[in-house]
Amino acid sequence: MGDVALSIEQLNVEVEGREILHDINLEMKPGETHVLFGPNGSGKTTLLMAIMGFPKYRITKGKITFRDRDITKLPIDERARLGIGISFQRPPVVRGVKMRDMVAACFGEREPEESISQLAEKADLTDFLDREMNYGFSGGEIKRSELMQLLAQKPALTLIDEPESGVDLVNIALIGKLLNNLLEKDCPIPERKCMGLIITHTGHILDYVSARTGYVMCNGVIGCEGAPREILASIREKGYQECITCFLRRRASSG
Amino acid sequence: MVETVSSKTNKDKARAAADKPATFGEDIALGDYVSSAEEQPYQSDPSKLPVEDKDRMLEAGVILDDPGQRAGTFIQMDNSTVHSSVRQEGLEVMAVSQALEKYDWLADYWWQAVAVDTDKYTANVELNHHNGYFIRALPGYKTIYPVQTCLYLAKAQSAQNVHNIVIAEENSELHIITGCTTASKEEAGLHLGVSEFYIKKGAKVTFTMIHSWNPEVAVRPRTGVMIEENGLFLSNYVLTKPVHSLQMYPTARCVGKNSVVRFNSILVAAPGSSLDVGSRTILDAEGAKTEIISRAITTGGSIIARGYIEGSAPDVKGHLECRGLILTGEGTIHAIPELKGTLAGIDLSHEAAVGKIAEEEVEYLMARGLTRSEATATIVRGFLRVDLEGLPPLLSAELQRAIAASEEDLM
Repeated sequence: MGDVALSIEQLNVEVEGREILHDINLEMKPGETHVLFGPNGSGKTTLLMAIMGFPKYRITKGKITFRDRDITKLPIDERARLGIGISFQRPPVVRGVKMRDMVAACFGEREPEESISQLAEKADLTDFLDREMNYGFSGGEIKRSELMQLLAQKPALTLIDEPESGVDLVNIALIGKLLNNLLEKDCPIPERKCMGLIITHTGHILDYVSARTGYVMCNGVIGCEGAPREILASIREKGYQECITCFLRRRASSG
Repeated sequence: MVETVSSKTNKDKARAAADKPATFGEDIALGDYVSSAEEQPYQSDPSKLPVEDKDRMLEAGVILDDPGQRAGTFIQMDNSTVHSSVRQEGLEVMAVSQALEKYDWLADYWWQAVAVDTDKYTANVELNHHNGYFIRALPGYKTIYPVQTCLYLAKAQSAQNVHNIVIAEENSELHIITGCTTASKEEAGLHLGVSEFYIKKGAKVTFTMIHSWNPEVAVRPRTGVMIEENGLFLSNYVLTKPVHSLQMYPTARCVGKNSVVRFNSILVAAPGSSLDVGSRTILDAEGAKTEIISRAITTGGSIIARGYIEGSAPDVKGHLECRGLILTGEGTIHAIPELKGTLAGIDLSHEAAVGKIAEEEVEYLMARGLTRSEATATIVRGFLRVDLEGLPPLLSAELQRAIAASEEDLM
């Protein structure tokens, strides 16, 4: 337990008065990447938003501990400064705020201009540095922009919401590369420190990024946990309906 | 009062319009202000003006201690020209009264871009005229540094009635920065300023105006611009300090083929400030283009942000963008964008948006580690950022600094 960096215990979350997540438990150790599968509307994004601390996602029960600190009641920015980052599926357009300024803000003020250019080159976004944040961006451009900001922010835990949605094949390979970079996949396993929690309903991202643990979420509950590729193979073969049926069966038998 | 060469017709028209209310804005009682003030001494070295006056002028972008950054300087305090100088060949900067004496032909420009009987304010400027500046770039001459002008209200409760003329002769280039301000931070005053711009074939004028008044001053500028073939007029207007009442609706008329006009306005209304500010372009010649961008922020005051583009010639193009941000629970912003087309094949568009800062945007920035106030400041800074393309780098940097200073006030 000593080296658990993220611990979620018996978490209930409601949005606009309706409970979405029920009794969520999850643990991650430094360097680990976990994948959360689930159909649309199952509550995956709600979990990420609750971990990040968005006020709309209200924690009504349970606790989130990050690096031995109870962060359940901390505001978003404090969680970000403690080392949690998020790649949004649909980030808002921020008119007038240029990508260059955003990346600089993610770096903090001490980073030279050159680092921003290098990062932009890596994410194939050099021509976007003077564009307004997310204004007129394609699906792939949004994902690359999100990951570029996170590469500047260097969070210890990255929450990644549907990295492959709305992305073409060319982009997904680059997104995979950026994600691997962010999650230190080029380091030997014992030396990795960065954690990633990826949510996906298609699982395509697993063709590019390896993960240690997988979960299936249905109706706001984590139904099972196991090897990500094994879970994905099962979902691909039988669909999420089978997961729901399995979960209901187990819940009935457990009384 | 300055005697002008105005024809009898202008005087007659002005008398007839002496009580004519303006179409927009609160009606200002002209009788509440003293219309003649004591003469201020001429100062051949503007750096020797009193420090407190220079500081106020600096807030409005007027630099008097380093003339190397300016191609020319004109300062009018109340109704006296206290300094006028020019540092570049091909450029004329002087009091308009002096120019009217020097050039007979100047009378042909007088009240051509602005109608003397527009309202009681234009009429009053004609009937109680207190000078103003004359700036002219000779054919083919291009200024590198801007000419600066300052119209300064020194005496409390006084009215300043100025009439300015700017002429950019063919293929010339002229950059002007004008700062209008007041000595007192609390005393009432009235500024009536008529400005007529004549931009000849192939000429380019950038006009950057920074207003820095006080909560008791009323301001009624009246501006008209005529742009000939391939001419360009770029206006940047910045008002970030409190003012009692400001109403203006400068009108640019593209009379020559492929002429271009761009208006950028940055407006901040503090509690008690009432702003009714617009920009109007009439695209009257083939291929003419315009872009009108306004950014309005209220921290408690009221803003009416107008915009009007009229297209009446083939292949004209215009875009109007009014965006307003309500920073506190108080204050109103009323965006009124208008387009009028009288011909097939013209291309006019507008977008307008008024709202508060979106919480979703603040939270997005907070998720990157910015505090709530840092996130809000970043969004406001972005909101105030307008494309200053076409300005010389020095002027662009100065303008950005003026805008940045306003951000600090806002936060």
